[in-house]
Amino acid sequence: MAKAKGAIVVDTVKCKGCELCMVACPTKVIEMAREVNAKGFHYSQMGNPEACIGCTNCAMVCPDSCITVYKVKA
Amino acid sequence: MDIKEIVKEENLVYKKSMVLTDKEMHYCPGCTHGVVHKLIAEVIDEMGIQEKTIGVAPVGCAVFAYDYLHIDWQEAAHGRAPAVATGVKRLLPDKMVFSYQGDGDLAAIGTAETIHACNRGENIVMVFINNGIYGMTGGQMAPTTLKGMKASTCPFGREPQQDGNPLKITELLAQLPGTSYVTRHSCHTAAAVRKTKKALRKAFENQQQKKGTSLVEVVSTCSSGWKMTPAKANDWMVENMFPFYPLGDLKDE
Amino acid sequence: MKELKLMKGNEAIAEAAIRCGTDGYFGYPITPQSEIMETLMAQQPWNTTGMVVLQAESEVASINMVYGGAGCGKKVMTSSSSPGVSLMQEGLSYMAGCELPCVVVNVVRGGPGLGTIQPAQSDYFQSVKGGGHGDYKLITLAPASVQEMADFVELAFELAFKYRNPALILSDGVIGQMMEKVELQPQQPRMTEEELIEKYGSWATTGKTADRERNIITSVELASEEMEAFNYKLQAKYKAVEENEVRYENYMCDDAEYLLVAYGSSARICQKSVEIAREKGIKAGLLRPITLFPFPTKPIQDIAKHVKGILSVEMSAGQMVEDVKLAVNGSVSVEHFGRFGGIIPSPDEVVKALESNFIEG
Repeated sequence: MAKAKGAIVVDTVKCKGCELCMVACPTKVIEMAREVNAKGFHYSQMGNPEACIGCTNCAMVCPDSCITVYKVKA
Repeated sequence: MDIKEIVKEENLVYKKSMVLTDKEMHYCPGCTHGVVHKLIAEVIDEMGIQEKTIGVAPVGCAVFAYDYLHIDWQEAAHGRAPAVATGVKRLLPDKMVFSYQGDGDLAAIGTAETIHACNRGENIVMVFINNGIYGMTGGQMAPTTLKGMKASTCPFGREPQQDGNPLKITELLAQLPGTSYVTRHSCHTAAAVRKTKKALRKAFENQQQKKGTSLVEVVSTCSSGWKMTPAKANDWMVENMFPFYPLGDLKDE
Repeated sequence: MKELKLMKGNEAIAEAAIRCGTDGYFGYPITPQSEIMETLMAQQPWNTTGMVVLQAESEVASINMVYGGAGCGKKVMTSSSSPGVSLMQEGLSYMAGCELPCVVVNVVRGGPGLGTIQPAQSDYFQSVKGGGHGDYKLITLAPASVQEMADFVELAFELAFKYRNPALILSDGVIGQMMEKVELQPQQPRMTEEELIEKYGSWATTGKTADRERNIITSVELASEEMEAFNYKLQAKYKAVEENEVRYENYMCDDAEYLLVAYGSSARICQKSVEIAREKGIKAGLLRPITLFPFPTKPIQDIAKHVKGILSVEMSAGQMVEDVKLAVNGSVSVEHFGRFGGIIPSPDEVVKALESNFIEG
């Protein structure tokens, strides 16, 4: 079965570390970075990039429009 | 597959709308305002109405809404957005006009302006953010604060005998002949966000079709005011807000 | 074509508004000025010039509808009477803070509170000192005839747009209800969208086109330095208004030994008082401020040099008298005479007041 393969790019400068993307991700791709950005927030990042299916759920719920989503048919 | 193989322009499926400005939003982490701003920007973008749209910002957390969308804006006095939007739309009937208001703005100080704009059937979109608390001023009781819900001016929980009852203004507005579309949504999951976007799109399309007032309520969280993490606030909203403010269309004519 | 008509002051306002190409009127009924909206509604200008007329749910709503329309660069106005104008103060403060032009007509009635529906001039302070919160002024015109009611609509719009500030026509129940002959101006066309964008496109919210930045109408500024700078800008504007826009009328002031200062319907009364006084051998003159802000400070100063006393005559407990005193700065004695609560003073009463204050004893 052809499975979609995805990736996200997070604007780590703007991210406020609310974690809503992490909750919204159906395949548990997202984790919060141990490092903080200039505002002091643990920004989100792909912790498990292999699992990303490019569903855009994370981007949909992101209040700060920090997430860009890419998707290819694997 | 390598990430670099995926992150390419031709594979792009979602990016920030060009109608959103690059200004960093002043909202707290996880604030629903940011999501709704984004959705309005996307709807304006997709409908190709950026040059025609005039927003009316409220007083409250969204007082600076005008910083975030690349459109013309007017910032109204507290509660007066529906009257200001009426003035704009009556004078420029071919433009797309929307007000963006919180619960204090729409359902407390601006109740008269809200009801009468809806009752006249002003051909505008009203976006109503209901999080049951005054975020901007530090978490005071809102007209929509639930019974028993704590706020800084009802620190032991809202007690109807002392504080009055939570106001279901959306149900009230749905009864008015001037409203054509009255609906309640939320943004706590990706699916809910997509539904809210559809509702907003429909509201703007109604305006194009001169159908009268469309009101989209978004039951929202205020993690700072509610003193919870954004994720917990979503759970709390599902458990406590949705039973009193049930989601769905109240009117669609 | 100009037209001669016999009409009430309130009706003249409405007629003049249509004829000068006003884009919109928003109002709420209140005595003694309801004829303004009634006349507009009867004329149905939306069928002729395209002017919008809407009865709002309150004065709070009407001034904010005016705000919305003014923010789009449109020529919009409202009218009310004292209690209603009090409700508009919030909106007027915001409009001054956003530098929005508009015309407001106040057909004053006696207060405080619900007061009376009879004429008064007791809203002077509210009109010329700001009225709402913050440091701002309204350009204030005081008509003394039905003709001026008509003429000042266009003048008020001119000044409002010239300085991007609300302009107030401060009338009263006498002028509003009185019938006089009035010459109405020929119909002017309303401004087209293209003309409007050409003139006001730098600030009006007409829709953000690709060729310009967003236009934002707002009065909020959290950075104190910015807010102070903006206040300096406003004050400079008001100074320019004071330097350029003072309007007044002198009546028999050249050889006057005593000066009456009165505006609006009081000025009409005082004109008669001057004649009665002169018949009695008292050389009285009258200065009628036409603009109350800017106040005719300099003309009063000039006359003060050759008079023995100045009587400020108002249908109030004494409001304009403060500005007359500020103008002469102690160089000559200034007294107040007024009837209020809806009482109109007689010309004889004014002469008596002049005599008792300055001549007898």
